[in-house]
Amino acid sequence: MFTARKGRLVALGAVVVGAAIALSGCASSNPISGGSSTEAKTTLVVGSQDYYSNEIVAEIYAQALENGGFTVDRQFKIGQREVYLPELKSGKIDVFPEYIGSLDQALNKQAAGGSADAVAKDLASVLPTGLRVLDKAEAADQNSWTVTAAFAAKYKLTDIASLKNVTEPILVGGNSELATRPYGPDVLKAKYGITTAGLTAIEDGGGPLTVKALLDNKIQLANIYTASPLIKTDNLVVLKDPDNLFFPDNVAPIVTKKVTTKAADILNAVSAKLSRSDLVSLNSESVTDQKAAPAIAKAWLTKNGLLK
Amino acid sequence: MNLFVEGILWALDPSHYGGRNGIETRVEQHLLISLGVLAVASLIAIPLGYAIGHTGRGRSLAIGVSGAIRALPTLGLLIIIALIVNVGLLAPFIALVVLAIPSVLAGAYAGFEAVDRRAIDAARAVGMTELQIVGRVEAPLGLPLLIGGLRTASLQVIATAVLADYVGGGGLGHFIFLGLKTNDYPQMLAGSIIVIVLAIASEAVFSIVQRLVVPAGVSAGRPQDVRVRSTRSRTAPG
Repeated sequence: MFTARKGRLVALGAVVVGAAIALSGCASSNPISGGSSTEAKTTLVVGSQDYYSNEIVAEIYAQALENGGFTVDRQFKIGQREVYLPELKSGKIDVFPEYIGSLDQALNKQAAGGSADAVAKDLASVLPTGLRVLDKAEAADQNSWTVTAAFAAKYKLTDIASLKNVTEPILVGGNSELATRPYGPDVLKAKYGITTAGLTAIEDGGGPLTVKALLDNKIQLANIYTASPLIKTDNLVVLKDPDNLFFPDNVAPIVTKKVTTKAADILNAVSAKLSRSDLVSLNSESVTDQKAAPAIAKAWLTKNGLLK
Repeated sequence: MNLFVEGILWALDPSHYGGRNGIETRVEQHLLISLGVLAVASLIAIPLGYAIGHTGRGRSLAIGVSGAIRALPTLGLLIIIALIVNVGLLAPFIALVVLAIPSVLAGAYAGFEAVDRRAIDAARAVGMTELQIVGRVEAPLGLPLLIGGLRTASLQVIATAVLADYVGGGGLGHFIFLGLKTNDYPQMLAGSIIVIVLAIASEAVFSIVQRLVVPAGVSAGRPQDVRVRSTRSRTAPG
């Protein structure tokens, strides 16, 4: 009884704090003192996936735009790609941090993959009218096949193809949609002749549950996003992917026509600074240090001299 | 085509049967999980509820604790337990038992409390031991409410057992999670429809059981009537 009450208090507190942060964010982004000039300003809608890392990147873009004098309407945590793609296509969201490879595969079933540049080029050609992709960042957050260090050492695993060395049954763990993805267990079998012992559904998107299952040898192969700080902290080995089974998933904003050259320059300046290791440490600040996205975003922008 | 019709067609499509993710396999897992959870929850909650109902002690504590347990979000509990005991069936099993206990517990002690005090006094007067009073008077007379509690618990468990596959525990959650993530709404709906059918079937089974197991003399005392102070003529023979 006592703990539940305490739990409710904590939850209530979290709501209050969350609301306070959200409201203060609104306050700073929309100064009333702007007067008539506020009317002339364009409001840009910035969206994000329901994925903490994507939200941090969206927050970085949003704060950079606000700093450049734009009014930003944050529509975060919309959901998975299947959910927000129609909104994006209809032009209701002006700026959306995306992952070039996954989006390319979602829009173009015949996408060939290849280098990050090739994928970005293909993506630009298949985007619906009215949308364009801005410069991609070095930062990437892509799917991977990941094993524990002990498992990798035992079977001398380096790349995905070397999974053939494994003599014990390999149980795969990850979200259930892995079964239908173009890099799932069926494709491992078809392309590399690797037989897996089935897919254990763990619906937390390569989060702590998946990593725990991997560490406890409940599963041997997991789909974990490469920008996950858990890869480093839990000493996991991401299998190399020389054949680009996974498309390069560099971060790049997808924008509508409402994003002017001035706004695009601001976004490109942010992307130019966002490195691979930056994204991992941004995620780490969220997962390990439990910091909120606005605070993480502000600290990064300040550090990189992107705030005036 | 109507999405609902598509969902039903998906559930009837023969290609979705057979194999590890076949509908019949998943239904079987779902039912086994639900039955197992109900059995374990009953083993814990019924003796406890009887003890509380018979002695009248610890009632406020039981109400408070089971109220608090009801407030726990099952998904959150599932993830916390899974982080301790790992993925698989055990974590959702524990989380569902926690979900089922309050209803069964309430049914057990409320059933005892609803028994006419005069019937118990009479049983004591004719020389029954406390154990005999529990077994021969209170338990049969309290059955309608206990079964009502089991019925509620069963419904909740069948509906919530879709969470089992969040951590690879199997069951019908597979179709719902996969359908949701891949935009395959007919599949998602098919999963939901099957869960609904199971829930309705559970209601039907419990209503039959309720008729069968309740002693003839108590049949007048349906759950809604039992709370009413019974008259002498309605009191069942011990």
